[in-house]
Amino acid sequence: MSGPAVRNDRPMAAALLHVAVVLVFVALQYVLPDYHRAVFSRVLVLAVFAMGYNLAFGYTGLLSLGHAMFFCAGLYGAGMTMSMLGWNVAAGLVAGIVCGAALALVIGLLALRTTGVAFMIVTLMFAQVLYLVILYFNEYTGGDQGFSLRPAARQLGPFDLTDPTTRYFAALALFAAALAVTLAIVRSPRGRVLVAIRENEDRVRMLGYNVFAAKLAAVVLSGALCAAAGATYAILFGYVGATFATIQYSILPLLWVLLGGAATALGPLVGTLFMYYVVDITSNYTTAYLLFVGVALILLVLYFPKGVLGTVRERWLPWLP
Amino acid sequence: MAFGPHLLLAVLEGLVSSAVLALTALGLSLVFGVMRIVNVAHGEFFMLGAVFAWWFSTMVAGDPALGFLLALVLAPLVVGAIALVAERLVLRRLNYDPEATIVATIGMLYIFEQLALMFYGPEARAVPAPFDFRITLPWFGYSAYKLAIIAASILVMLATWFVLTRTRIGLVMRATQYDRETAQAFGIPVDRVYAGVFALGAMLAAIAAVLIVPIQQAHYLMGTDPLLLSFIVVIIGGLGSLRGTVVAAVLIGLSDGIIAVFFSPTLAKMLATLFVALVLVFRPQGLFGTTAR
Repeated sequence: MSGPAVRNDRPMAAALLHVAVVLVFVALQYVLPDYHRAVFSRVLVLAVFAMGYNLAFGYTGLLSLGHAMFFCAGLYGAGMTMSMLGWNVAAGLVAGIVCGAALALVIGLLALRTTGVAFMIVTLMFAQVLYLVILYFNEYTGGDQGFSLRPAARQLGPFDLTDPTTRYFAALALFAAALAVTLAIVRSPRGRVLVAIRENEDRVRMLGYNVFAAKLAAVVLSGALCAAAGATYAILFGYVGATFATIQYSILPLLWVLLGGAATALGPLVGTLFMYYVVDITSNYTTAYLLFVGVALILLVLYFPKGVLGTVRERWLPWLP
Repeated sequence: MAFGPHLLLAVLEGLVSSAVLALTALGLSLVFGVMRIVNVAHGEFFMLGAVFAWWFSTMVAGDPALGFLLALVLAPLVVGAIALVAERLVLRRLNYDPEATIVATIGMLYIFEQLALMFYGPEARAVPAPFDFRITLPWFGYSAYKLAIIAASILVMLATWFVLTRTRIGLVMRATQYDRETAQAFGIPVDRVYAGVFALGAMLAAIAAVLIVPIQQAHYLMGTDPLLLSFIVVIIGGLGSLRGTVVAAVLIGLSDGIIAVFFSPTLAKMLATLFVALVLVFRPQGLFGTTAR
């Protein structure tokens, strides 16, 4: 994305497209067989995780290898307050998001002192520390096994979030909200500053912007979105476990975003949906399904660095946000 | 056992892990120093070294020393060849862009790990030690093979140091590390140096793995711990500084061994990782390194 990019901005078309995508998912609820409807609910929540990652990596150019910690902050922030303190769903969701934002603030303040490769390693290590913390306090967190939330705790007013249909719409609501937040951020003047930082940090600094503050805001927002996905995951699927804190769950959002197209609003969804089905289908045939994740990563960086929607934007739809 | 002998045992165990760690980290440090890339698949070269060591040692019947020697010669060569192919096929085409390289080596990590799972299987298998001799100390008996690991590791490190500082190949490598463009202008085939360094780094990890595999079994997931520990060592020692790497490996290996004997290993790992992350944040040149150029 170098060179003078002439952007023919078409806000109406963009807004219509995103409303249409959400409507298509509403319609799919009535068409999809049960199994695929369950998969889609999961994918919608994980896509929000990828959208949070995209805010830091795609738009601001901060390649983090530790975003699993923000997802887990939400997962455990919601799960533990609900199971141990008996908080309700809404309070649990807020607690999860607050945990994620607070953790992102602390990590951002520390990790943003570094750049490039050091930033990647530092975020990876902080995420590893959180993973070990979860294992060490297994008395409370359940360690490797994790714990599950009682179905009775997973009720929001009249809605039973264990019911597949309600769950699907709850996941879709979260996704729509995250999409709106992403669009609002990247279309705002502050969002443009983030993209400018990705393209040329020194020039942005020279123009008088506070680069550190802008990056910190991006990390906190990104952490909060990932935590929202984590909290929703705990609430909708009722399982909280340390698997989600492993390095693998920091790599997956990177893969999803790269595949769908970094710095595109819908890219994370496309990448998550595609990769989820690749892993789902191949794991029927072999236990070594991570092989495909590895091959996909290498092929993407070698031949397809802009991802699906990044390429679509470059070739056909320059207004795609 | 009394505290003194217990500590001695912890120190000996720590020195064995230091010796293996130093070799592995040296490979990572060399690749980072010369090529300026972070190789996330480094731990997998370690794992492949162990797996191939098992494979070669089973091909020879009779004396276990024969099988072990065959493994010690062939496993690093095979791993070096694999690294060379990976470098030519992927890293060179990425033009060694630091971030793209990390993503690509993460991909390699999964590919090697899963291929090992498919062809070697989920079992852990040991290679018989070349000799089975115990040195009897007043308090406990100690395996002579473990002491041989330390000696072998020191020998390989001395050889690496000799190549780097006293030979033409080492001169070329240091010139490339110091200033890539100028080296190229002076007719140094930077491209081939990179390929060689990447293979050499992988071979050092493989040698370390062959040495450890008689006391620690070969398993397809065994690359993760050496990778994280090597990262820690390279960061503490200063990215790209070879002497710092060796000092840090001894430090980390010893403290890891001693802490693990007296405290919970999870707590030890947790504190060590946190400490290293903070070192990287506040002292990016490492504890022993000088300011990067």
